[in-house]
Amino acid sequence: MEHHLQNLYEVLSKVDGYVYPNEIELNWSILIVLYPYITGLVAGAFILASLERIFKLRVLKPTYGIALLTALSFMLVATMPLISHLGKPMRAYEIMITPHLSSAMAIFGFVYLWYLMVVLLLEIWFDYRRDMVVWANETTGFKRFLYRLLSLYTTDISPKAVALDNKLGYIVTVIGVPSAFLLHGYVGFIFGSIKANPWWSTVLMPVIFLFSAIVSGIALVMLVYIVLTRIRKLSVDMACLDTIARYLFYILIMDFVLEGLDQIHRIYEAEESFEVLHNLVFGRLFFTLFIMQGLLGTIVPLLTLGILQFYKPKEQIRKVIYVVVPLLILMGIFFMRWNVVIGGQLFSKSFYGYTSFKIGLIGTEGYLMAAVWLIVPFLILSFLLWLLPPWKKKEEEESETLVA
Amino acid sequence: MTEPKSKISRRNFFKAGTIIVGGVAVASAFTPFDSFLFASEPPKGKGKWYGIGIDINKCIGCGKCANACKLENNVPMDPFYFRSWVEQYTIKKDGTIKVESPNGGIDGFTQSIPDDEIFKSFFVPKMCNHCAKSPCTQVCPVGATFETPEGIVLVDDNYCIGCRYCVQACPYGCRFINPEKGTAEKCTLCIHRLEKGMQPACFEICPTEARIFGDLNDPESKINDFLKNHTTMVIKPHLNTGSKLFYNALTSEVR
Ligand code: SF4
Ligand code: SF4
Ligand code: SF4
Repeated sequence: MEHHLQNLYEVLSKVDGYVYPNEIELNWSILIVLYPYITGLVAGAFILASLERIFKLRVLKPTYGIALLTALSFMLVATMPLISHLGKPMRAYEIMITPHLSSAMAIFGFVYLWYLMVVLLLEIWFDYRRDMVVWANETTGFKRFLYRLLSLYTTDISPKAVALDNKLGYIVTVIGVPSAFLLHGYVGFIFGSIKANPWWSTVLMPVIFLFSAIVSGIALVMLVYIVLTRIRKLSVDMACLDTIARYLFYILIMDFVLEGLDQIHRIYEAEESFEVLHNLVFGRLFFTLFIMQGLLGTIVPLLTLGILQFYKPKEQIRKVIYVVVPLLILMGIFFMRWNVVIGGQLFSKSFYGYTSFKIGLIGTEGYLMAAVWLIVPFLILSFLLWLLPPWKKKEEEESETLVA
Repeated sequence: MTEPKSKISRRNFFKAGTIIVGGVAVASAFTPFDSFLFASEPPKGKGKWYGIGIDINKCIGCGKCANACKLENNVPMDPFYFRSWVEQYTIKKDGTIKVESPNGGIDGFTQSIPDDEIFKSFFVPKMCNHCAKSPCTQVCPVGATFETPEGIVLVDDNYCIGCRYCVQACPYGCRFINPEKGTAEKCTLCIHRLEKGMQPACFEICPTEARIFGDLNDPESKINDFLKNHTTMVIKPHLNTGSKLFYNALTSEVR
């Protein structure tokens, strides 16, 4: 509390121009930057998995299971930054019990549950049910109990039952794609629907969020796949990575075009808020917007991936590119969220001035807390990969085709 | 003769019944979408319907309203939390605009710009507009912010989860999160005083009667008199918030 006030006095001394007195305090800080970032990773990873399944892109097979489990790991923590940010976290359940339907935020609980329960969990369950039954028979002790429990004590792994699993899983995927679009487009709407804030209020916001989500999710799965293969001391499947990189390139173009369109529109229309936003972009947001998001996070990956479409360097070089580019993209999208969430609060709604952002290391709003919510999903992912290793499935599938 | 008639009427009855029941069923299936129309519907309000008038020409920038509000409502004294504050606008001869509100105007104002550079200068008291289609009510995920039938926008702090969405949604910067409670806070139009038949604190204390309020539905009320006799305007009309805070002598510089 004391510390909080101290911070505010410091920010007050750095105010440039005039801001409403209540605007000196930034209301949404780094945790709310993480929230769209994390949900975006979920939606993106899921959509990559769905590509494989719906369009039967066999070449993407090595990343299918990883993408699903990555999506789940991040989904499980997606609400945490949001809840830990509330002034009254213990009342969070009210959103579910008494949602106020005119609020974009009120629907979050339902969109979230729908996506988690109906889409992600079901799809993974149908995908793994047969394997869990098999693994339950092969293991002992706690792990066996876990498999039994997770397979909900089903035992039927006749070809007919497995075929049904596949069919239902496919249906879930088909429902899942629009759901993933909904999940993230909706997150964009939370910002895009705030007419008080000209930096947020654009109909393009949900679409921009969606495409940047897909970009970031794909980049993450690429990285996880590469790291995982390293750990397992195997060699990566270059055909798979090349294909993912191609999709990444296409979607990155879309993302870039959409963001460009938004900016062009703003500049051409140059509404009342133009001046304040112009100064914001070239002032307090310059580094995060032009350097981090624009140059390093978008232009460099775009050019690199673009060149790869015409000229294929040696495998060794491509491998390096496939690590560096996803890293840059992940950073770029993080700063994209940053520029939206933080940037949207740095200027006054009076359009007469700017406040600044100060963040500490500790506290519920600090860097450490944020780091926790970014690390936890990876711990969950490690656990899930240990429990449900997609690579073990594969062998069985091959044996299955042999039997068939 | 009578038989077929009753048959017809019975048939009509069933027909009407089906239409009504079906209609209700269809309509209720669409009720969730009503909320989607929040801002596109005309404001309600049949009984008392409060509106506020502020006369910029009368405000002398004493800041007593801002201070009275803090004292009356236990608003934290630090200069980051205001339900009511005063802004000083100075328009210079070169066309630039300077806006200031040190400590919300509670300690009064000094003019930092030399007299010969000033084109004009005036004070604008600010407070919640008690919007009839208030964006803050629209976005509250749990319904902790609500509009009373009299058109007062309130926060139920036993219910507010402190998500700060309403603070983002208010175009006028009228909300803040109470640092002790962790919940949203804003002007209540001093409803606790209204209930006792008293005036809100900031209105009562104003030495020049620059601030008035009253029932917009009562043709004889002070506020209607004010609206009739002045050229009034709300701030940011393009946002269509249904603001019920009407300013006399509002100029385009004020945002
Ligand atoms: S002025 Fe702001 S706080 Fe007051 S009713 Fe309008 S939107 Fe809500
Ligand atoms: S901070 Fe409280 S009043 Fe404001 S939107 Fe959130 S729950 Fe509603
Ligand atoms: S009406 Fe009451 S709560 Fe509202 S600004 Fe005036 S004194 Fe403050």
